[in-house]
Amino acid sequence: MLYREAGDFKTSYVADSQTFPIKFDRYGYYFILGFAFLVMPLIINDYWANSIVVPFLIYTIAALGLNILIGYCGQLSLGTGAFMAVGAYASYKLMTAYPDFNIVFVIILAGFVTSAVGVLFGLPSLRIKGFYLAVATLAAQFFLIWLFTRQPWFYNYSPTGMISAPTREVFGVAVTGPRASAVSMYMICLCFLVSLAWLARNLTRGTLGRQWMAIRDMDIAAEIIGVNPLMAKLTAFAVSSFFVGISGALLFTVYLGAAEAGEAFGIDKSFLVLFMVIIGGLGSIFGAFAGAAFLIVGPVLLKLLLVNTLGWPTDLAAHLEIMIIGALIIVFLIVEPHGIAALWRTIKEKLRLWPFPY
Amino acid sequence: MLDTQSDEGYVTADGRKIGGVAMEMKNITLRFGGVIAIKDISFDIRWGEVRAIIGPNGAGKSSMLNVISGFYHPQEGEVIYKGYRRPKMRPYQVARTGIARTFQNIALFEGMSVLDNIMTGRLHHMKANLLQQALWWGKANREEQENREKVEKIIDFLEIQHIRKTPVARLPYGLKKRVELARALAAEPSILLLDEPMAGMNVEEKEDMCRFILDVNDEFGTTTVLIEHDMGVVMDLSDRVVVMDYGRKIGDGTPEEVRNNEEVIKAYLGVAHD
Repeated sequence: MLYREAGDFKTSYVADSQTFPIKFDRYGYYFILGFAFLVMPLIINDYWANSIVVPFLIYTIAALGLNILIGYCGQLSLGTGAFMAVGAYASYKLMTAYPDFNIVFVIILAGFVTSAVGVLFGLPSLRIKGFYLAVATLAAQFFLIWLFTRQPWFYNYSPTGMISAPTREVFGVAVTGPRASAVSMYMICLCFLVSLAWLARNLTRGTLGRQWMAIRDMDIAAEIIGVNPLMAKLTAFAVSSFFVGISGALLFTVYLGAAEAGEAFGIDKSFLVLFMVIIGGLGSIFGAFAGAAFLIVGPVLLKLLLVNTLGWPTDLAAHLEIMIIGALIIVFLIVEPHGIAALWRTIKEKLRLWPFPY
Repeated sequence: MLDTQSDEGYVTADGRKIGGVAMEMKNITLRFGGVIAIKDISFDIRWGEVRAIIGPNGAGKSSMLNVISGFYHPQEGEVIYKGYRRPKMRPYQVARTGIARTFQNIALFEGMSVLDNIMTGRLHHMKANLLQQALWWGKANREEQENREKVEKIIDFLEIQHIRKTPVARLPYGLKKRVELARALAAEPSILLLDEPMAGMNVEEKEDMCRFILDVNDEFGTTTVLIEHDMGVVMDLSDRVVVMDYGRKIGDGTPEEVRNNEEVIKAYLGVAHD
């Protein structure tokens, strides 16, 4: 009854092709944006920022990036963890080499560095696809992590082999290092996420996005239609790695503060982000948010429920948590193989008629 | 009798003007290892005509279409297009020279909506760079609206307004074929290649498709090359017909000429038993 497009006539193609064509959605979106920018900074505390909100924002960026590559362009990649490491180490090298350089630009530059590395490791995609490509990107994962743990230049010859982020400020407020407050960490991640999500939406709705999807759905036909497969695949790798690189840079500089490549950016990170994309929904911007929320917020909520509410011992809860999340993933994939985004679409379609049967 | 070989072109019985040679295939030979798919075939395609290629299964018709669209590269012979010899090109480069096609087995992008599929056909009319697209600024936004208008005209023309936003995977077969034609038309091609546009359709759908092919030719003057097995359709639609058998050309001419050609009757059309 409330949620419908009846009477909402579009009189131009611009209006017809907007992101949220239904008024209810549009206001919902404005409300969430307003809440995230105006209300959240007032109520956020250290615990919520560190355990849920900041990792959710950062991993959403990574999931957006991987979704462009897998969900939109159909190129399977298992190198996400390594590409996040590239972003992290690039930002570290830039921060230490140019201490006066603003951290925002450092993070963006780290994204571009990752982009270049991503294109390099994307080159095999021109000859191989599917699982074989996944294996080729797995090589990137192992090679890059080896490089960052074994080549001292990358961690500035520090004796521990760790990299640690010095304090950097934006408009006089520390956003990295030990002095950074929950609010400043939250705000910088949110700004990056909102602008990157907007970029992702623009890229995927335009002609480049259609070329990616054409390659995904039927690459030979796409080439005969006029899609240059070389350009389409490599731009997908470049854009995707840019996102993943920024997420890695934020994870290291803002969230972790100190990191070691093998531990922070191992293959489990690649799988984590891959699961986010699959559970959230391939080929959907909303899916990246939903997938990240499910895999980041889910475990924390479970822990709160089991330990704080039910009073179970922490170790038992930790094991159960893994089992429950694993089971939920399987249930989800059986119920809706196209992810939370598809589930959401179905709900919306039902809601348009509710409470009438048809 | 029409003089279909004149350089300046000719006027058909129903009064359509056919122009000079658009594309000439010269002594094309295509081999896959030891198998000869096309053997020394030459024919031409004229501006504005509907040119049919017919022949039994495995005669090499689809291979011929693949040569024209640059998917196969013949070992011998050359393709003269718009008066110039065409160098070896990748298929996407050929597409940009104004050749669009549909496929025997529908090759639509199943995960995209009808509108997006057709918009993909217009991709070489869109020039915005990555940055403009990312920021949805300047050319990107403008081009999207301009091309949407062109696409909407084709949607109107092919009468598929009602399925504009439907994902292609949900459409029935006949409509998919029509969307594929729309996608090819969206490119505003000089030459349109149709690989069995009526395969697997019922009579009504066939009639619709025939009407669209003729309308496209009438309205946009699009040169059409058509592979089809339904002889009634071929004889009605086409201006000239090439007949292939086992990779060779066994006939070439107007539908009447081809219909009365002994060799064609023997190889393909068949004779009535007494």
